[in-house]
Amino acid sequence: MCKECGCGLGGDDVKIGGHSHDHGHDHGHDHAHGHEHHHHEPDHGHGGKTLSLNLSLLEKNDRLAEQNRGFFRAKKLLVLNVVSSPGSGKTTFIRETAVKLAGRLRLGVIVGDLATDNDAAKLRTAGIPVVQITTGTVCHLDADMVAKAAAQMDLDKLDVLVIENVGNLVCPADYDLGEDLRVVLLSVTEGEDKPLKYPPMFHSAQVAVVTKSDMAAAAGFNRKLALQNLERVSHHARIFELSAKTGDGMKAWLDFLAEQRAA
Amino acid sequence: MHEVSIMEDAVRMAVEAAKSAGASRVLALRLRVGTLSGAVPEALRFAFDVVCRDTMAEGASLEMESVPAAGWCPVCRAEFQCADFINECPRCHNPNGELRRGRELEIASVEIA
Repeated sequence: MCKECGCGLGGDDVKIGGHSHDHGHDHGHDHAHGHEHHHHEPDHGHGGKTLSLNLSLLEKNDRLAEQNRGFFRAKKLLVLNVVSSPGSGKTTFIRETAVKLAGRLRLGVIVGDLATDNDAAKLRTAGIPVVQITTGTVCHLDADMVAKAAAQMDLDKLDVLVIENVGNLVCPADYDLGEDLRVVLLSVTEGEDKPLKYPPMFHSAQVAVVTKSDMAAAAGFNRKLALQNLERVSHHARIFELSAKTGDGMKAWLDFLAEQRAA
Repeated sequence: MHEVSIMEDAVRMAVEAAKSAGASRVLALRLRVGTLSGAVPEALRFAFDVVCRDTMAEGASLEMESVPAAGWCPVCRAEFQCADFINECPRCHNPNGELRRGRELEIASVEIA
């Protein structure tokens, strides 16, 4: 369930690797007690007793994400959470990353989509180990879905686990999955002001990648303005510019990954 | 629209806390909402009444404390107010301010009986 857009309120229709999982939306179930509780507490405001909680409303996801992080670290995996708007080129970028890292680092992918396994099929065809999460009405992945999907992968045979999030620049921003690096993509065919329009997502990323650079001229992409906007919002992020299709700029990205994995 | 699911989580947490303390009712919820949290207080209030229905929190009051966004400038070693995610220090114009507050979306306390 998503606090950003209220998605997924309707049903539990998350499927992982083709199986349906009950995605625990712990709604309080009322169990009738045989007796009434009568507390006579001193009056504070509403005449009751105050319990201090100080919990994040995302506490449950944050806790599961920390469990994932510890588990992934123990497995010596570098974990990436790749986020972008729909159509920014996440799947091609991930596929080319895996193909070009072959022989150097072994990469596996968890793919999230509302519907279809087209992206997973595209990766599988390239010989990359993939687990698909079909989220149904949920517009982002959460830590619980990732834990269940990861359990279906042979993680001991991997060095890098890439989580391809649902194409959406709003909701996934608030859901830590237990990743080491959040990688946000901005394709040259999108507006240069995307970082300014979706600051929480761009702000939360450690890496920003400008994709489809081969199409920059045709799209009339203002590179200087886009980089300026990225630097304003994602000022702490490492920025890469590349074309997964032509391979231009991929080397710097691949070297960065190898360096991060070794660290 | 997303405020409905925020409030669902808040009410769920309040009811769980009340039950484990052996209470039968939630009288009030106190939330801390950062100005950069993305949640709109008016919409939260609207969602609250709907979400509380048929729970131990039915009829409870909702109190919200707004947390203004604050950045930290590592050069000036001081805090500054920020209006958005562009964390430029107004004193030295260093763009690398660190967001310290403003994204809170927390349940601070509940009042139970």
